[in-house]
Amino acid sequence: MNTFLAFVIKEFRHVLRDRRSLIVVIGMPIVMLLLYGFALSNEVKNSRIAILDTSRDDVTRTLTERLDASRYFTVVQHIDRPEEADALFRQGKVRAVVVFQPSFQQTLLHTNAASVQILADASDTNTGNTVAFYISNVVRAYQNELLDQQKLPYRINVETQMAYNPQLKSAFNFVPGVMVLILILLCSMLTAVAIVKEKEMGTMELILVSPVRPWMMIVAKALPFLVVGLLNVAVILLMAYTILGLPLRGSLFLLIAECGLFVLLALSLGLFISTRTNSQQVALFISLVGLMLPSLVFSGFMFPLENMPKPLQVVSNIVPTKYFFSILKSVMIKGLGFSYVWKETLIMATMTLVLMLLAIRSFKIRLQ
Amino acid sequence: MITVQNISKTYNKGAVKALDNINLEIQRGELFGLIGPDGAGKTTLFRILATLLVPDQGTATVNGADVVRDYKAIRRTIGYMPGRFSLYPDLTILENLEFYAAVFGTTIAENYAQIKPIYSQIEPFKHRRAGQLSGGMKQKLALSCALVHQPDLLLLDEPTTGVDPVSRQEFWDMLQLLQKTGLTIVVSTPYMDEADRCDRIGLIQKGKMMSVNTPQGITSGYQPDLYAVRSSNMYQLITDLRQLDGISTCYAFGEDAHVSVASNSGLNAPAMEAFLKQKAHNNIQITPIAASIEDCFIELMR
Amino acid sequence: MKKIIETQGLTRTFGAFTAVDAISFDVYEGEIFGFLGANGAGKTTAMKMLSGLLAPSGGSATVVGFDVKTQSEDIKKQIGYMSQRFSLYEDLTVLENIHLFGSIYGLKKAELAQKAELLLEQLEFTDQRNTLVGDLPLGWKQKLSFSVAMLHEPRLVFLDEPTGGVDPITRRQFWEMIYAAAHKGATVFVTTHYMDEAEYCDRVSIMVDGKIAALDTPHNLKRQFNAPDMNDVFLQLAATSVARAGF
Repeated sequence: MNTFLAFVIKEFRHVLRDRRSLIVVIGMPIVMLLLYGFALSNEVKNSRIAILDTSRDDVTRTLTERLDASRYFTVVQHIDRPEEADALFRQGKVRAVVVFQPSFQQTLLHTNAASVQILADASDTNTGNTVAFYISNVVRAYQNELLDQQKLPYRINVETQMAYNPQLKSAFNFVPGVMVLILILLCSMLTAVAIVKEKEMGTMELILVSPVRPWMMIVAKALPFLVVGLLNVAVILLMAYTILGLPLRGSLFLLIAECGLFVLLALSLGLFISTRTNSQQVALFISLVGLMLPSLVFSGFMFPLENMPKPLQVVSNIVPTKYFFSILKSVMIKGLGFSYVWKETLIMATMTLVLMLLAIRSFKIRLQ
Repeated sequence: MITVQNISKTYNKGAVKALDNINLEIQRGELFGLIGPDGAGKTTLFRILATLLVPDQGTATVNGADVVRDYKAIRRTIGYMPGRFSLYPDLTILENLEFYAAVFGTTIAENYAQIKPIYSQIEPFKHRRAGQLSGGMKQKLALSCALVHQPDLLLLDEPTTGVDPVSRQEFWDMLQLLQKTGLTIVVSTPYMDEADRCDRIGLIQKGKMMSVNTPQGITSGYQPDLYAVRSSNMYQLITDLRQLDGISTCYAFGEDAHVSVASNSGLNAPAMEAFLKQKAHNNIQITPIAASIEDCFIELMR
Repeated sequence: MKKIIETQGLTRTFGAFTAVDAISFDVYEGEIFGFLGANGAGKTTAMKMLSGLLAPSGGSATVVGFDVKTQSEDIKKQIGYMSQRFSLYEDLTVLENIHLFGSIYGLKKAELAQKAELLLEQLEFTDQRNTLVGDLPLGWKQKLSFSVAMLHEPRLVFLDEPTGGVDPITRRQFWEMIYAAAHKGATVFVTTHYMDEAEYCDRVSIMVDGKIAALDTPHNLKRQFNAPDMNDVFLQLAATSVARAGF
């Protein structure tokens, strides 16, 4: 049995016997997905609203019922004066207050126009916007119904269609985001520690005095984690498809291949870190803390890259997660083929190769 | 087999001088002991010979190959046992041994005869994880792994440190057995009593090689007169003797105090006895003795 | 003579394995007591129980008048402890370490300052007071470690292989410090692998397979086993170990 194979077998043994790490590595994505899927969400559901209705006519009552019946809102209180709205917001009891002008139906019938005011709690900008948007939709829908009953010469209907994600399901965003984050953090963290551990434990001192070559050790250390990374990908996709209802458009083969490439990239990054440090703590710190923020910020997952100032956009070009996130969205959500993602794929492949070569070059063949 | 010429090594940008102009030659088939306490430079020298460190000055060759330029060749042919346990604790005895055999392109079966004297002692436990072995067993495993590819040279860095006297004895018995197969063995140790089991020894302290010779050669080079002195109170004995003019060194050695006296000082046993009686000591015994390696080491340290 | 350590059937098991098997012995105040045994014989476990670091599984022991099971914290306050593993802080200076451990042991500022000066003088460390401990040679560290363990003048001090790897002269200087401490009335409980150091002790016990196989003065032991030195006594006893088969 040759040297390289012996190494590979040894590395697999190490990984399989480290039960605790395995549990974290495989369990973490599951926990994160469940959290994002069911607990954390910036969708609007059952938001509490209050109604200020001094008119109490058929129209206002219908509108109120419609709002209450919708799965997005629950009417929790009726108030009589605008001052009460203030108090409700301060106490955080409602997300929005819908105000109907006095004598609503009468005004509507006699002047063909009536006002609905939406007071939204925008201390959380995202939710404030969404809530106001949904409320206007309900009102608009009702308005369209009224208009249908009348014959008007000109009418402009505004129809909004959310491409790829008509229901604005948050899963479409966070599943790729979670996948990117988990893969880069875990895979780089695991391998970052792999080589340093041998240095710290002292086993490196002995194995250096042998025919082993740097590339053998580096590649052998990457292999088990490649398997683990792909396993994670499979678990995440399975969960996304079955539990979170994410459709998997586009070629499954292409998707897995791209994921595999990204895992290799993350592993190479970790291995490079591993050859440059002498302490597990430092390696962990660099891979977890040092990578986490840039990966998050520059991937486009939480904040759109187009909104960032130019210099930061330039920086994002060297962050691998930017490309992978874009590929995931293209393949998973939009169902596009290789011809749309070849550029990003090429960049990722180049990064992987460069990092691997750097790792092999930085590998210290002596103790000092 | 090994030549060391003017080797020097410093750490911390020259702040710590680990090795200071070391010169040494070790013959093929020798059992050579490098004797010295912690911090003497033993591990540094071993690491240079094992091609793990580059000396600041000087050259060294192992089996004709230069330790800096030809490190790949050297790494293929020596067996090394570092100062701390360097095998994988989560792999079993067998897995560790198989790994090291495979790394060197061979198998356990091919070399079983050579490692048998050592390996057979731990073979019954071959499925036990290395992390769960006792100190003595760890040493035997490390030695087996160093031998499994049939090296010409064994470099063993403090294999008996921290190990109890029985295991230490057993280990040296094994080494002498191995030497009979033609192996060159270089061992470092802080235990002076192990020096007598080597063909030749080098006494090293604070990075300097104080003396290189056979154990007999070193002890016969001891200059002062040496006495073993005994009384009923060791502590008092030493304190008093140090006040006596003409005494070079006075240190406890088990039951006796070893007292070295410069040959020309004129101090002799009867004079010492008289002095001690005057200091109210009882059961005084003064015997001239031959110097041990430890006595020589102390003398060289002065 | 007063007893400072008393044990009765002291036992410690780890699962199915009995590390210390019902040992009973006493240590008298003011003696230098050598506690020997092969690796794995149960030495370290026994010492940990006596210094209040590990609870016994069975039997009882009293150290400086306190019960090891129920009053371990009180024991810790009364004893000094030095081990190769637990030592001084390498990135603090000599003086900082002395002050740190002094205050941990409850010494008041004025007293501590005084003792620190005295200690530095005795060790001839006065111009090393601002050296980082990590930069000191091993032998100096050991001597400093011992002195620090003795700062609060404990009646009993545990030394766990204090002279490992140190050069012959420093080793002996260290033992002279131990003698001086015993001279002043401290009891010293020491383990070591150097059999010549066993000779320096007033009494020696040798553990084999978790039990105490011998306990007497070095002189009597050598007579009993017809041995020229303690090394030989030890070898004879260790050979009787059953557990050696697995070692």
